[in-house]
Amino acid sequence: MKLSVKSLLGLRDLSREEIEFILGQSESFKEINYRPIKKVPTLRGKTIINLFFEPSTRTKTSFEIAGKRLSADVVNFSASQSSITKGETLADTAKNLEAMKPDLLVVRAQASGVPELLSRLVSTPIINAGDGFHEHPTQGLLDLFTVREHKRKIEGLKIAIVGDIRHSRVARSDIYGFSKLGASVTVVGPATMIPPGIEELGCQVSYHIEPVIPESDVIMMLRIQMERGSGKFFPSQREYSRFYGMSLSKLANAKKDVLIMHPGPVNRGVELSPEVADGPFSVILDQVENGVAVRMALLYLFSGGQDVATA
Amino acid sequence: MWQLLKGARLVDPSQGIDELKDLLIEKGRVAAILKPGEKAADAKIIELDGMIITPGLVDIHTHLREPGYEYKETIATGAQAAVSGGFTSIACMANTDPVNDSPAVTEYILERAKQADLCRVYPVGAISKGLKGEELAEIASLAERGCVGFSDDGKPVMDANLMRRAIEYAKAFDRVVISHPEDLNLTAGGVMNENPVSTELGLAGVPTAAEEVMVAREIILAGLTGGKVHLAHLSTKGSVDLVRKAKQRGVKISCETCPHYFSLTEAAVKESGYNPNTKVNPPLRSVEDKEAIIAALADGTIDAIASDHAPHNLAEKEVEFIIASSGISGIETSLALGLKLVKEKKIKLIRLIELMSLNPAQIIGIEAGTLKPSAPADITVIDPELKWTVSAKNFRSLGKNTPFDGMELLGRAIKVFVGGKHIKSDQG
Amino acid sequence: MPKKKKVMDSDAIRRALLRVAHEILERNKGVGSLVLIGIRRGGEQIAVRLGKIIEEIEGKPVPCGFMDITMYRDDLYHLRVQPEVHKTEVNFPIEDKVVILVDDVLFTGRTIRAAMDSVIDLGRPREIQLAVLIDRGHREFPIRADFVGRNIPTARTDLVQAALDPEGKKDKVEVIETEEAKEKE
Repeated sequence: MKLSVKSLLGLRDLSREEIEFILGQSESFKEINYRPIKKVPTLRGKTIINLFFEPSTRTKTSFEIAGKRLSADVVNFSASQSSITKGETLADTAKNLEAMKPDLLVVRAQASGVPELLSRLVSTPIINAGDGFHEHPTQGLLDLFTVREHKRKIEGLKIAIVGDIRHSRVARSDIYGFSKLGASVTVVGPATMIPPGIEELGCQVSYHIEPVIPESDVIMMLRIQMERGSGKFFPSQREYSRFYGMSLSKLANAKKDVLIMHPGPVNRGVELSPEVADGPFSVILDQVENGVAVRMALLYLFSGGQDVATA
Repeated sequence: MWQLLKGARLVDPSQGIDELKDLLIEKGRVAAILKPGEKAADAKIIELDGMIITPGLVDIHTHLREPGYEYKETIATGAQAAVSGGFTSIACMANTDPVNDSPAVTEYILERAKQADLCRVYPVGAISKGLKGEELAEIASLAERGCVGFSDDGKPVMDANLMRRAIEYAKAFDRVVISHPEDLNLTAGGVMNENPVSTELGLAGVPTAAEEVMVAREIILAGLTGGKVHLAHLSTKGSVDLVRKAKQRGVKISCETCPHYFSLTEAAVKESGYNPNTKVNPPLRSVEDKEAIIAALADGTIDAIASDHAPHNLAEKEVEFIIASSGISGIETSLALGLKLVKEKKIKLIRLIELMSLNPAQIIGIEAGTLKPSAPADITVIDPELKWTVSAKNFRSLGKNTPFDGMELLGRAIKVFVGGKHIKSDQG
Repeated sequence: MPKKKKVMDSDAIRRALLRVAHEILERNKGVGSLVLIGIRRGGEQIAVRLGKIIEEIEGKPVPCGFMDITMYRDDLYHLRVQPEVHKTEVNFPIEDKVVILVDDVLFTGRTIRAAMDSVIDLGRPREIQLAVLIDRGHREFPIRADFVGRNIPTARTDLVQAALDPEGKKDKVEVIETEEAKEKE
């Protein structure tokens, strides 16, 4: 299948068929991670640059492993937080890298819109590894893959996403991904953390977690950033975890086969109690494992041949 | 000595004129308005067939960046850009470095403007020392030295009591206090209008309330003090509704809007792919807000169009949206965007000239905005049929930051006269 | 109008596979260390059938898996769009085993080259042997089959298509003459 986009900027741009195709391909790549020799020559000779404007160990490591297992040459470029502190514009950084002829750029930024801006400046395909609070498409895809693995299908499932929706790129990508594949999504959080018009992205809203739990097949817990939220968006960590954190007692009315997910890293005791994080419903580690498989599929699909046609 | 501007259509709202008339100038002033074809002995004839002549345009809101930020713009380049845009008088804001809160800085600005010898430049002094919003600046001395008004623009005066005292104090010198109406606490780091688009793009939003809350405050303070208050760059429906009602109640207050608020909406941020040239403060608003601004221009609620000319260096604009500097280098496209409104029949041409010449002149209290006999011969000549394409790299301003780059426009100022002297620009 | 010729029917295929199975067993002296790996997607059905026949003859099952070689292709850099990958399912160890690679048509030999690289990444077999239903000639690499169902001479630009249905009733192998060369998937 020829994808309609040259760069993966967000799940908003992919059709249902394209998402299902990617998930299918990810299954084939996952098998490689179980071999004694976890390497295939598929991207041999390709150069992938991880251009991370925002520090991240997990996502970067996941992409690095994915690329190396496909025999690509993966290079990490940690730009400083913003181009202004360096005195170099975004355009300059991008063009300098393009001059080194990479085959793919994996970009993470603290500022929304950076991957899109870059995609208009350079001709190298770009995979968005998370920009500001806009989208985190690879996370969305690995979340879909994990749910599909456990539930066989996405259609008809009820998904709850709990936390600071306002500042969450994972929430936005999950909303697009799950609703495109036929699930119904409800976002849950304090009213101050639900951004205006979020329903238009394809979900419902609830300010309380208890009524949503019994009917949910999947509960996605988001990380709360203390530095960002405390004081202005919610009064204290204690109040947040009492009302919006997940504990075993809150799960008493949940479905027996409910899945608890989290994009990581987990604030134990805040959004998840340790019993839930390590408990039988949690598939958080599956998410991490599947992240490598999904990213292998994406690196494969987005680094086309010599004359890759642009969409 | 004598000049005769012949063959053009004269549009002068101060005299209610909108017809073919010839203009006779002598010793830098308007000598007479003549019937077309009337003879004037010994006059140098300037043929302006098919053109429109108006009282020189007055832009009461510009940032010339000098002293301190000459890498963005200088008074000379800003004045050149103004002339290119058809303006004969401009007022420049105080957020320079050092801030224009002392007569020495005012003096410096006036001196540089005199050296440039292009359009008339009128400094606006700061309301508070250093724009800190804590203590009054030396308003009397600044007024004496040549400031036509006072504003902390760039920033609001958050302390209502300080604003009250500033308006009262300036009243004694018959100077206008210009408010940048923004409640910083409601803005809370937002970078575009708050609405579903900002949610979709993952950008923090500025609610319209951030502007409206301050507009309401300034209206009340204007009523309380009886002073001369002007609201800068209004962008929302709520704001103009508040001003309309206040004027109906008899409150003395004036306000302006900028061309980008009647030409673009928040959709531009998404459509341009997060292009920082669409980042401006206050931000581009919704379709509903834009329509309300246009209606307010037509029905008299808004008194003036000002460009809020905010030139920035490329290095400050070609960066991530959230850290890019806000502002549009707008003085060279201001008139043409106004003419577009006329073409779309939203307002009449004579009303446009009122908004861009007569009213702004009255707001800052300068001798301009009219071509009554004996008025200074500040004249803008417009070619209404000239098709042109906006090209940022050809701007006379050092600031190339515009969301209108590549846009095709109809109508442009081709000549300006300041005190009867023809000031050269690219166009003529 | 491209000319199509049926060169094998169900019976011919059945007999060929029967003979191939016997040859495999004869050369390897029984099931012993044998494993079958069918190359996706043309070799899948044939591997399954060979497995069944061998089990009928010897009374012992032989492990059978399937391998996708898309990730090992040597032409990925020249294609406009990345070809779709399929799963590799080899759920048994191949250490010290005799791996019989099974494919439907042996042509240039590039697929088998890729398949051998893929096998080696899964483990270290004792031997690799190759069984194909059709050998159509035109080798570009030094590769040969150990067991061949039928040799069919073809023109370089011909297409050879083997279609095996699970029931075994409507099997056929066809040779189609075309103007241009098309890469076999």
